[in-house]
Amino acid sequence: MKFKEIIEKLNLDVLTAKEKTDIDVSWGYTSDLLSDVIANSKEGNIWITLQTHQNIIAVARLKELAGIIIVNNRKPDEQTLKKAEEENVPVCMTGESAFQISGKLFGLISDKG
Amino acid sequence: MLKTMKADLHIHTCLSPCADLTMSPQAIARQAKIKEINILGICDHNSVENVPALIKAAEQFDISVLPGMEVTSQEEVHILALFDNIEPALELQKIIYSNLPGENDEEAFGMQVVVNEKGEVLRFNKKLLIGASTLSVNEVVETIHSLKGLAIAAHVDREGFSITGQLGFIPTDLGLDAVEISSHMRFEDAKDRFGPEFPLTTSSDAHYLEDIGKVSTLFFINDSSTEEIQKALLNRDGRKILN
Repeated sequence: MKFKEIIEKLNLDVLTAKEKTDIDVSWGYTSDLLSDVIANSKEGNIWITLQTHQNIIAVARLKELAGIIIVNNRKPDEQTLKKAEEENVPVCMTGESAFQISGKLFGLISDKG
Repeated sequence: MLKTMKADLHIHTCLSPCADLTMSPQAIARQAKIKEINILGICDHNSVENVPALIKAAEQFDISVLPGMEVTSQEEVHILALFDNIEPALELQKIIYSNLPGENDEEAFGMQVVVNEKGEVLRFNKKLLIGASTLSVNEVVETIHSLKGLAIAAHVDREGFSITGQLGFIPTDLGLDAVEISSHMRFEDAKDRFGPEFPLTTSSDAHYLEDIGKVSTLFFINDSSTEEIQKALLNRDGRKILN
């Protein structure tokens, strides 16, 4: 499924690099420990987290993730948004919790097999 | 005159809920003396309320105490703050307290005992000291520097509550004065992994008396001021780290 379809279905607020959301999403990964995301996420994953520090953008680039969903209405730092634009990493926000949004995303992606 | 000073810059007291209740000022100072430590950094979680007692208790042992705090950022990164005297440390505490939600549950996390230099209980701290402040790691480092303190990322070789674990890697623009290696990693190996980009210290992070001085940093400095320590971290004016 394309990231932009997921954004629409989950009603996500896209904060950066909207033009980069026309890409296939491989799977999701939910974690707030960035060292764990570096170790275990895979290319094309959507990453669900509550971390907002600019290091999340570097990790997303490093692992070639499809994009990031920040949960619980947490607002990313200015520097994070600036870096995300520069590095073309789509960052989205949602008011839902990591549990809720992970469940919904799992339902969407696994249904499509 | 430049001399070698042995420092353990990361010690908890009975104020930290996770520390042993035997971590009283007298006992800490006595154990530090046995371990031939010259400089103690007292760094309880998000509080400096036991620092005055430690300063008094360490006097008779001729040990310098640097008032400090192990601050928890909103990313749950632990940053050590170290100062020359109590005033800026209290100022930092005021800022942290106003950004530290929650109340301690002694059953769940442990007691937070504020004591005098004799170890007599003055009061129990009610804040959720084990919790995270709402300040970002950048704000924490900026705040410490604005108060002329040293900001050191705690136990970066470990995953839990370290900047490397929580944030994947150390942001180079953060302006940290040093990164601290725990007793779990050899200093030599740490130099390969983190140096020369970041100056290194190693401290015990003692929560129990027997851990005090388990590892320590040997500074070649004039006196125990943060200015001298900073020079040693930067390898300036003949000041250096001898580990």
